[in-house]
Amino acid sequence: MIVRLMGDGQYEVDDEVAKGLHDLDEQAGEAVEQGDEEKLRDLLRRIADAVRANGARVPDEDLSASDGIVPPDDLSLEEARRLFEDEGLIPDLPVSS
Amino acid sequence: MAGLMSRASMVVKAKFSKLLDRAEDPAETLDYSYQRQLELLQNVKRGIADVVTAKKRLELQETQLQQSVVKLDGQARQALAADREDLARQALERKSGLQQQLQNLDQQSQQLQQQQEKLVTSEKALSAKVEAFRTQKETIKAQYSAAEAQVRIGEAATGIGEQMADTGLAIQRAKDKTEQMQARASAIDELTTSGALEDFTSDQTELDRELGALASKSQVDDELAKMKSELGPGEKQKELQQ
Repeated sequence: MIVRLMGDGQYEVDDEVAKGLHDLDEQAGEAVEQGDEEKLRDLLRRIADAVRANGARVPDEDLSASDGIVPPDDLSLEEARRLFEDEGLIPDLPVSS
Repeated sequence: MAGLMSRASMVVKAKFSKLLDRAEDPAETLDYSYQRQLELLQNVKRGIADVVTAKKRLELQETQLQQSVVKLDGQARQALAADREDLARQALERKSGLQQQLQNLDQQSQQLQQQQEKLVTSEKALSAKVEAFRTQKETIKAQYSAAEAQVRIGEAATGIGEQMADTGLAIQRAKDKTEQMQARASAIDELTTSGALEDFTSDQTELDRELGALASKSQVDDELAKMKSELGPGEKQKELQQ
C-alpha cells in the first residue's frame, strides 16, 4: 500500500510492514485520546522511520492517492485534535481565495 | 478510537472533494483544479521567501546580541581593573542574560530552518505533481467521454489533492512558527522602548555611564599627576614666591 508521510512524501510498503504500521497507528490514536503528547510524537516518529526504512519512495510526479496518511512527527497534541475537527488543521483548498 | 492514518486520509479527501464539487463539467473541474494548484505553488514559494526573511531577522538580532556580549565582557574587565567589582558583576550578569537569549534565538533559528526544508521538499513534490496533472488533464479532455473522464479525474485529483493538503499544512505551520517568532521579537522591542526592560544593545546603558565616569576620573587623575611632574619642585617654588 501507499503511505504518505506528511511533510516528506509517499512510500510504497508491503503488507507485512503495513501490518506493523497499523499497530503503531492504533497506539498513536490512543496517545491522542490519553493526551500523551510525548507518546504521540514518539509513535509518529516510529511510524515514519519504519516507512522510510522499509518503503520504496513513490516518484514525485506519480499522481496515485495514498491508502494512509501519517501526520508530521512533530505534531502537537493540540494540532492532532484540530486535525480531526471540522475547521481542522489542514487549511481548506484552495489556500488563497 | 481508530488510528490516525485512516482518519487523516478521510480529512484530506473531504477537503479536496469540496474543491471538486465547485465545478460543473469535467473540463471545467480540471481547469479549475489546475488553477488552484498553480496558486498553491505560488503560495509555497512565498512561504519559503517569508521564512528566509524571518531567518535573516533572527540572524541580525543574533549578531547584535553577540556584539553586546563582547562589549559587556570588556566592560567587566575594565570595571575590575578599576577595582569596581560591583560594576563588573553587573556587566557579567547582563552578559549571562544575553547569552541565554542567544541560545533561544539559536533554537528558533533551527526551527525555522526545518520549516524551510519542509517547504522546499513540498514545493518540489507539488511542482512535479502539478506538471503531471497538467499533462493528464489534456489527455483526459482529448480522449475520454464525459462519464469516463469523471472517473479519471477522480483518480488524478485525489492524488494531487493529497499533495495540496500536505503542502497547505506545511505552509500553515511555517507561517505559525514565523508569526510566533515575530511576535516574540516585537514583544521584546516593545518592552525595551517602554523602558520596562533595559535595552542592552543601546549605545548608552547605566553601566556605560558609570564606567565612562570612572574612566574620565582616572584620566583626570593621570593628567593632574602629569602636570604636577611637569611643573616640578622648582617651578612650584617660583609660584610660591610670586
